Amino acid sequence: MTFINYASREINCKIVYYGPGLCGKTTNLQYIYDTTAPTAKGKLISLATETDRTLFFDFMPLELGTVRGFKTRFHLYTVPGQVFYDASRKLILKGVDGVVFVADSQDERMDANIESLYNLEENLQANGYDLVKIPYVLQLNKRDLPNVIPAEEMVAELRRKDEPVHEAIAAKGNGVFDTLKSVAKQVLTELRKS
Amino acid sequence: MTDTPIIMHEQQFQKLRLILGKLRLESFSRVVFLVDKNGQQIATHGDVGDLDTTSLASLAAGNVAATGGMARLIGEKEFPTLSHEGERESIHICIIGRVLLVVVFDERSSLGLVKLRVKQASRDLSNLFDELERLAAERREREEALFAEITDDDIDSLFS
Repeated sequence: MTFINYASREINCKIVYYGPGLCGKTTNLQYIYDTTAPTAKGKLISLATETDRTLFFDFMPLELGTVRGFKTRFHLYTVPGQVFYDASRKLILKGVDGVVFVADSQDERMDANIESLYNLEENLQANGYDLVKIPYVLQLNKRDLPNVIPAEEMVAELRRKDEPVHEAIAAKGNGVFDTLKSVAKQVLTELRKS
Repeated sequence: MTDTPIIMHEQQFQKLRLILGKLRLESFSRVVFLVDKNGQQIATHGDVGDLDTTSLASLAAGNVAATGGMARLIGEKEFPTLSHEGERESIHICIIGRVLLVVVFDERSSLGLVKLRVKQASRDLSNLFDELERLAAERREREEALFAEITDDDIDSLFS
């Protein structure tokens, strides 16, 4: 839910990265954090286990610039991907303006992708959202691994509407900013329309 | 059900800062934040210093969301207040509708005093947010026109 402060001329939006465990959600955020200028970002907060699995969420504020005199700030969140953290995922989706679904391209993770996507639709619905209507981007991550499913097959299986699809290797940064730009544009365009 | 946007204008923002300023002074607290339940910082008053207020706002909202989930599991609607006591600094969080009032205080104050002043301030804040909602409905047409002026080039230029 976009927060617009006319007094301080700010637009604040929330983007959530979703997907199965170990698909690369946190890696996306870490790459964005590592490569963004210090003046455009806040701290990267990671609430994680001792083995660096996301426990509650990762959070990073990002300032993109000014549009029509309004500073545009995006708050990027990731959810914990492991199945048993579903209660937390539902909470983090509250107030979301845009969603990135990070799919793991490895053959053996396809079932997990489908389960996670279904879970996303359920949790969005529980929060009063409809995946068909909100800004949404599909990222096919880990495209550099040897056992990946062809992109066309992944799209056929995972694409839910005519959302943009971006191939990525988040560990190297490939496709990370394209994905972010894609979802951010949709959020701002939606703000303009609504 | 999704919330309607919070739209803050100058006059209401100044009223908000007055309420927060009064609360901070009367509670002898270090800093007072208003945060929406989604983690967006709305306003701050006090000695922020090098405190990362953006992260604090997000974590406060996460804290409330997590404890709210726990509350529902045991049959409660939510826990309306949360307090965390540290060695030197403490935090008190109060849920007021769709926003959170976060007070950071040290040995110059006490939890009892903070709770008392927060209770008083929460009434003023509730009234202010009711006013915001009413005004938002009246002004919606004018605000839509402002954002309708945003072009594709404006959005593209953010990423150039």
